[in-house]
Amino acid sequence: MKYVDEFRDGDLAKNIARKISLEANTNHTYRLMEFCGGHTHAISRYGIADLLPANVRMIHGPGCPVCVLPIGRVDQAIRLATEQGVILCTYADTMRVPASNDLTLMRARADGADVRMIYSTQDALKIARMNPEREVVFFAIGFETTTPPTAVAIRQAAAEGLKNFSILCNHVLTPAAMHAILNVAGGVKLDGFVGPAHVSTVIGSQPYEVFAGDYHKPVVIAGFEPLDVMQSILMLVRQINDGRAAVENEFTRAVTREGNRKAQALVGEVFELRETFEWRGLGTVPDSALRLRQKYTAFDAEQRFGVKYIPVSDNKACECGAILRGEKRPWECRIFGTVCTPQTPVGSCMVSSEGACAAHYTYGRFREEIQ
Amino acid sequence: MCLAIPALVVELLPADMARIDLDGVRKDISLSLVEDVAVGDYVIVHVGYALQKLDPQEAAETLALFAELGKAA
Amino acid sequence: MNTKKPIYVRPLDLKQGRVEMAHGAGGRAMAQLIDELFATAFDNPFLAQGNDGALLPPANGRLVLSCDAHVVSPLFFAGGDIGCLSVHGTLNDVAVMGAQPLYLAASFILEEGFPLADLKRIVESMAHAAREAGVPIVTGDTKVVERGKGDGVFITTTGVGVAREGITLSGDLARPGDKVLLSGTIGDHGMAIMSQREGLAFDAPIVSDTAALHGLVAAMLDCGADLHVLRDPTRGGLATTLNEIAQQSRAGISLTEAAIPVNPVVAAACEFLGLDPLYVANEGKLIAICAERDAERLLSVMHAHPLGGRAAIIGEVVEDAHGFVQMTTRLGGRRVVDWLTGEQLPRIC
Repeated sequence: MKYVDEFRDGDLAKNIARKISLEANTNHTYRLMEFCGGHTHAISRYGIADLLPANVRMIHGPGCPVCVLPIGRVDQAIRLATEQGVILCTYADTMRVPASNDLTLMRARADGADVRMIYSTQDALKIARMNPEREVVFFAIGFETTTPPTAVAIRQAAAEGLKNFSILCNHVLTPAAMHAILNVAGGVKLDGFVGPAHVSTVIGSQPYEVFAGDYHKPVVIAGFEPLDVMQSILMLVRQINDGRAAVENEFTRAVTREGNRKAQALVGEVFELRETFEWRGLGTVPDSALRLRQKYTAFDAEQRFGVKYIPVSDNKACECGAILRGEKRPWECRIFGTVCTPQTPVGSCMVSSEGACAAHYTYGRFREEIQ
Repeated sequence: MCLAIPALVVELLPADMARIDLDGVRKDISLSLVEDVAVGDYVIVHVGYALQKLDPQEAAETLALFAELGKAA
Repeated sequence: MNTKKPIYVRPLDLKQGRVEMAHGAGGRAMAQLIDELFATAFDNPFLAQGNDGALLPPANGRLVLSCDAHVVSPLFFAGGDIGCLSVHGTLNDVAVMGAQPLYLAASFILEEGFPLADLKRIVESMAHAAREAGVPIVTGDTKVVERGKGDGVFITTTGVGVAREGITLSGDLARPGDKVLLSGTIGDHGMAIMSQREGLAFDAPIVSDTAALHGLVAAMLDCGADLHVLRDPTRGGLATTLNEIAQQSRAGISLTEAAIPVNPVVAAACEFLGLDPLYVANEGKLIAICAERDAERLLSVMHAHPLGGRAAIIGEVVEDAHGFVQMTTRLGGRRVVDWLTGEQLPRIC
């Protein structure tokens, strides 16, 4: 795979690893957060932690749309499918997320709900066109990367006069979540961020400048391939050593400062800010999500079917909040690996394989077992 | 995790669609989020949409930088 | 079967006809389906006895019995169909016990309304696979369920074989120091199926690897290598099967990612959908665990067989009370290769 395999080369990885070890100051512990689940996945899947010196510590952030989706939102989707009898279209990622009453979309489907896994919003439109007598709802989740495809679908549906299509909108915003992490009372022990790859192709590098400026945290935007991640870690170590805090871009092959203006304009035309939105693990975050603009409310499933959002609190023993902020490590949670496993996730970090806890359980468990 | 992958545009199709190829895997995707895409370009594909054109010059420079690190080390 | 009398008024309409409830009701319609379709395709003296069971000659050695139910959607896929799959699946389960498969039994659950033309294709594919493998289908059964209560066709096959004298293979016999061999590329079957799934469909020249492995197994046994475990990594893929072995043997397994063969197009399809080929199903591959000193010799025997051309030594058994399967990644790091959690789903957003 061109532009993929070159960025997974083991020999080059060793070179970068050597550089990181040489340059990392042994008197300092570098606490770096990779915001995105995609980076968490790369770090776990390629065993990148083994190539880093012990004083460079990666903290897995909340950038996994499935993990931060509150239980109450999945409940809404399930209610749409079971009580309203709609065809619920979803990315496969949400199928196993535990909701209330021991339900998941997978179990709802087993109980007879019409839940369909799709690859693209285009597939959801196709299903709506083919089933004019049925209501079709797309369970729209994801960050800035996944939002523009939803915007395109809404515009298309409006242009076609597709009356039986709507969305359950859960699109969320990356910078808002980074603010939430940095605004924790008592401060947060983070030296810098590995910035999102594909989110940044859309929003550009400019929105992160505030974190370098106001919070004095270096940000290096990195691709999702393992060499990208390693290079961005080296770049962060250098900034920290120099006492600098800037936004740097390792993923120049796909990210510019402005981002994708066409996609941004489409999103701006279809969506507007929600004053507040609940994130699993982070709580209620102001201005952190999107809803459909007035002219498109006909496509809002929450309004069309009157399915209200009912918050559901997380298990008290769950330490997801502290883990997402980098204050605790997965195995420091009392229920990690016992009550809470990928098979029976209790907290958000265990829900998807990109969550901090699930990634550690699935890929890195041997590390503390061996200690 | 915003899974996206660079793939080669092999054919432009009507209605702002394109056929892309990734090592033999072919799929029709939407170009509604990008501009000026031509056959032979690499685009970053996410949930059936091209998000951005890949800049081959920048990719080459990043790889050259990695190679340079090896020599310096 | 050549002496069969034409007792039916009209032959089965194998072009336009459909499965009817009567085809499973035990009457003349069922007899006709069996005669004109199954018996004609599977044609062998044991089936021709026409009794409720097949009377078989005495077998010389320890018997191995294995049974496998086959459900697959779509029924026809690149590289095969449910028919040949149902033959290969059970033959392979018998073979990896270190046995020579001798006979197969097949039971069909058909859905009312299923096109007879499709059924004919499936049955002929089964017959072809069985003939190629040299293992006759000696008895069978057919039931029909009402429309909407099945998925076209379900096929359960049972295989009987005789274990090689002096050979005992078992999942609990992997010992630290043993080498882990894999007979070829992983993920081909699962991705061939996935590429045709509604909603995920893509075009890719991916062909299922469905194949009967008993010939390869026989060659491996013939070479006299000190084999401890043979398994075919089907559902759940390589990762799941290795975890089963690690747990049964109370040992760890250490893999080298770069040594595991994956077809580039399969790897690309996996990238598209966020899947890991380690967890994708295979239908014509085996894992062999053998004493270290015999590993190279066993590997060259596998290489010499058409179904082992891309065989590789992919890792070794290590001491580990936790029974972890670990892997040194292409990048030089390490990771756990865990059990699969539920069904593997695309991960895209």
